[in-house]
Amino acid sequence: MTMVTTEEEAQVRVADHASRTTSPSVTRRVRGLSDRAIAWAFIAPTILLLLAINIFPLIWTIYLSFTNYQANRPNRPITHVGTKWYQEILNSPDVWAAMQATAHFVFWTILLQTLIGFGLAYLIDRKFRGHAFWTTIILIPMMLSPAVVGNFWKFLYQPQIGLFNYIVSFFTGIPPSSFEMLGSVSLSPWSIIIVDTWMWTPYVMLICLAGLRSIPDYIYEAAEVDRASPWRQFWSITLPMALPFIMLAVLFRRIENFKMFDMVNLLTGGGPGSTTEVASITLKREAFEKWRTGYSSAFAIILFVAVFGLANIYVKALNRVKQR
Amino acid sequence: MKTMLKTGAAFGLAAFIAAVGQTRAEASELTLCWAAWDPANALVELSKDFEKQTGITMKFEFVPWPNFADRMLNELNSGGKLCDLMIGDSQWIGGSAENKYYVKLNDFFDKEGIKMSDFAPATVYAYSTWPKGTPNYWALPAMGDANGWFYRKDWFARPELQAEFKAKYNRDLAPPKTWDELKQVAEFFQGRDIDGKKVYGAAIFTERGSEGITMGATSALYSFGFKYETEPGSYRMEGAVNSDDAVKGLEFYKSLYKCCTPPGYTDSYMTEGLDAFKSGQVAMMMNWFAFMPGMYKDEKVGGEHVGFFVNPAEKVPASTLGGQGMSVVANTGNMEGALAYIKWFAQPEVQKKWWTLGGYSCLNAVLNDPSFKSSQPFAAQFLEAMANVQDFWQVPSYASLLQAMQKRLHDYVVADKGTAKEALDKLIVDWTEVFKEEGKISN
Amino acid sequence: MSQVLTTAHSVVAPSPLSKRIAGTIVILYAVISMIPLAWILMTGFKTPPDSIAYPPKLVFDPSLEGYCNLITTRTRQTQDYIQSLGAPKTTCDEITRKRDMVIAGPSNYLPRFWNSLIIAFGSTFFAVSLGVLSAYAFSRFKIPLADDLLFFILSTRMMPPIAVAIPIYLMYRELGLSDTKLGMILLYTAVNVSLAVWLLKGFIDEIPKEYEEAAMIDGYTRLHAFFKVVLPQAATGIAATAIFCLIFAWNEYAFAVLLTSGEAQTAPPFIPTIIGEGGMDWPAVGAGTTLFLIPLLVFTVLLRKHLLRGITFGAVRK
Repeated sequence: MTMVTTEEEAQVRVADHASRTTSPSVTRRVRGLSDRAIAWAFIAPTILLLLAINIFPLIWTIYLSFTNYQANRPNRPITHVGTKWYQEILNSPDVWAAMQATAHFVFWTILLQTLIGFGLAYLIDRKFRGHAFWTTIILIPMMLSPAVVGNFWKFLYQPQIGLFNYIVSFFTGIPPSSFEMLGSVSLSPWSIIIVDTWMWTPYVMLICLAGLRSIPDYIYEAAEVDRASPWRQFWSITLPMALPFIMLAVLFRRIENFKMFDMVNLLTGGGPGSTTEVASITLKREAFEKWRTGYSSAFAIILFVAVFGLANIYVKALNRVKQR
Repeated sequence: MKTMLKTGAAFGLAAFIAAVGQTRAEASELTLCWAAWDPANALVELSKDFEKQTGITMKFEFVPWPNFADRMLNELNSGGKLCDLMIGDSQWIGGSAENKYYVKLNDFFDKEGIKMSDFAPATVYAYSTWPKGTPNYWALPAMGDANGWFYRKDWFARPELQAEFKAKYNRDLAPPKTWDELKQVAEFFQGRDIDGKKVYGAAIFTERGSEGITMGATSALYSFGFKYETEPGSYRMEGAVNSDDAVKGLEFYKSLYKCCTPPGYTDSYMTEGLDAFKSGQVAMMMNWFAFMPGMYKDEKVGGEHVGFFVNPAEKVPASTLGGQGMSVVANTGNMEGALAYIKWFAQPEVQKKWWTLGGYSCLNAVLNDPSFKSSQPFAAQFLEAMANVQDFWQVPSYASLLQAMQKRLHDYVVADKGTAKEALDKLIVDWTEVFKEEGKISN
Repeated sequence: MSQVLTTAHSVVAPSPLSKRIAGTIVILYAVISMIPLAWILMTGFKTPPDSIAYPPKLVFDPSLEGYCNLITTRTRQTQDYIQSLGAPKTTCDEITRKRDMVIAGPSNYLPRFWNSLIIAFGSTFFAVSLGVLSAYAFSRFKIPLADDLLFFILSTRMMPPIAVAIPIYLMYRELGLSDTKLGMILLYTAVNVSLAVWLLKGFIDEIPKEYEEAAMIDGYTRLHAFFKVVLPQAATGIAATAIFCLIFAWNEYAFAVLLTSGEAQTAPPFIPTIIGEGGMDWPAVGAGTTLFLIPLLVFTVLLRKHLLRGITFGAVRK
């Protein structure tokens, strides 16, 4: 349909073109110029928007990070404090505790998601009957809002009335009210890991599946000819060839979970105590509850740098995968 | 596909136009912002009279307590125009007055003949004045409140429990007068089988995110003799915040949390407590007086089933202050309407109706009425509690101070980190830092 | 030789047994991972007492109370007062009165849902419009430092939202954009445009240049060729990209909770604040969550062929 319209119009244009008298060289020059103009005209709005909404605020944040500004005290004179906040943050045991909580969360979610995700992808790649349907079902959790669904997990985790404890008790015989997923210091870090794994394993699975499907059949056929055992085939063909994809998934998850906020904020709010207080929650407390804008700006810059480093690695790896 | 895209684009454009054309509240509308709780529903009911009299439509924005301070302070700080009237917490007055988020009401009060001397002095001090105690008024005392206790009167009255309790503790099973007694009663009920259901001693505040555990623990701390400063106004906290009394009080609160709360009450505040009490899980519940009228009307545990008592004493009688004043937000687009609402709300007959509908009036005419004490089963207790209220730091930087206390208390009480003394020592360090930033303490 | 080939074939196409085992495990996982969603759906149709029953109730009498509570606010009243009101007018009226309460007015859920729609569609429209232009330019023209610019565009999406929200908060306060739909549309556009550029660049790269060149030889201007040839060819890609942008804006929580309070508040920060009289109202939360998730389920099914591309910013295509 689309093509037909275009062709018809093109024919009209041909006639139009024939009737024109402009010399070819002039046309080319005008077009050459306008190409460049078009290129910039097309890109400029995006760049301008990003400058206004991302870059200008970023510069402002850098400036604020050297001041004692507090957003809830707009009338107080601003004084410059040098690198005081940076020193304070890097020396603060609370910040390091938050970083550790973040690292624990990131490490375990990635490990679990990669193992389960790759396993699932490997199984789905057996192409059993109905695999397309079940794959779509498995993908659903990752499309949902972490905030809205995370909020509901709070209900599932209630001791006594919650479904999670009930299921655990059904299979293990432990009384459901004898453990508190959200309230106990030892279990709460796992409560958020479970929800994140539930949500994002499909993500890793999907990327791994693409990796497995990218391996051409003839390689396996050649391995068969060489009488390589299935075990050997897995380690010397499947895993290495799928590895760039796994890495890509890991890197994406690392960046996403490093900035994790919504799900944890609604599920545990950082508690009990500060057990699950990941970096973004600490930042939110400082910035929007204590209103220490200067301090939190410095914290934000530190996180920017960390993320930017990650992003750099990520883009490089991404290009490597693309070149394959 | 193309049609779909075009429809989508049309939607998008329409959405944008709708967003840009977003109209501001009309002059005949007022939005009142408050917390989402029982008294707020009573205020909706009460406000119907105002709507009838003036033709102004009242809109309400109620936010649950754990999000209330965050959301509303965010709204005020961002210069938003959501609220015309704000029933804000006592600790907000300082910041809101300093930043002129609220309208100063002195001239208006003078003009309309509203006298602050007509309101209970403790409420005027806490909910209206800034700087504290000076005759500069930023709010009308709207809702008196303090932390109190609910108990299962029907369980306490059972003869077999009465006898067992007496045999064990050599006194009657009655509302406790001290924290030690309270803990005994809680232990007595903890794990007990009542009507075939396992019940627990007490629901107390342990919430981490907003103010819960601070409001709960200070209820014990104040009674045990905790003070914020060695001398009021000195900002000298060493020896007050971490005094032996304070340490004992905090240890006590933790032991109560450990021995006698229902499972899963690690992050609980008002709603979780109400859940526990209404579902018949606990014998006692710490909660604000504000919920007593609603609880008394409850289908299942109201009426004869429920009783109320004032926060127990230990060294001194004390209650943690709650409650709010009603302020006009300086950004309002309908100043006249907002002031008209306050003027209407301050009338003695409206205040009287406010009390009967489930709000706590702060007007002397209502509180000192001879029939007041017997008007509700919690009225006398309310007067007693309000006579001994203590409040958190009421300074513009209160949010930082509160966050620090939330963290230190929750780390110690719930997450089992360190000792009570260490928690309070660290709290002094945190608070000193804040006051230094404020210039209240010199470096 | 022929035997070797057969064996090889059997490895590439797995044996029926291994297929069956794989299928069983995958289906088991899929079913388990659907339990929380099924529970959300079920809770929405429970009564509040049923929702907090212990042990959790699998079988229950379905009720619309959750949905009624979701869209109304209620006040507790005396029996006499309720009787004085006359017969209940709606199903919700009737349900509410059985609990000794009357409906005081509508809740804020539907307005918040509406805000979500406006902000999601508005921001998607702009993100895709800007994105398709930039993507075309990056795809077809030599742009100095193109890779750096593309990286810059992508990196803006890597920032932790809370960190970005601090200066945005101050900026919007100065500009009067706090708690406005326009402000949220601009912000979500900025976040989504990076995704749109990267995804659409991939889609446009796949359209052979020859199409436009042919059109231009026929006398089309570059702009004309873009609108008449490239855009129709990219329709599927644009639609997929648009849905990804919609999903992001629909699900977003961190910015919404920090930068809106009422006028422009979307559903995600609102749903967790639904509470009942006294305690949590889980059926209402379940109902609100269900309504909120339905569009996402539809989108997932619509998008399933393009999901991979979308979640990897176009890095992996098939």
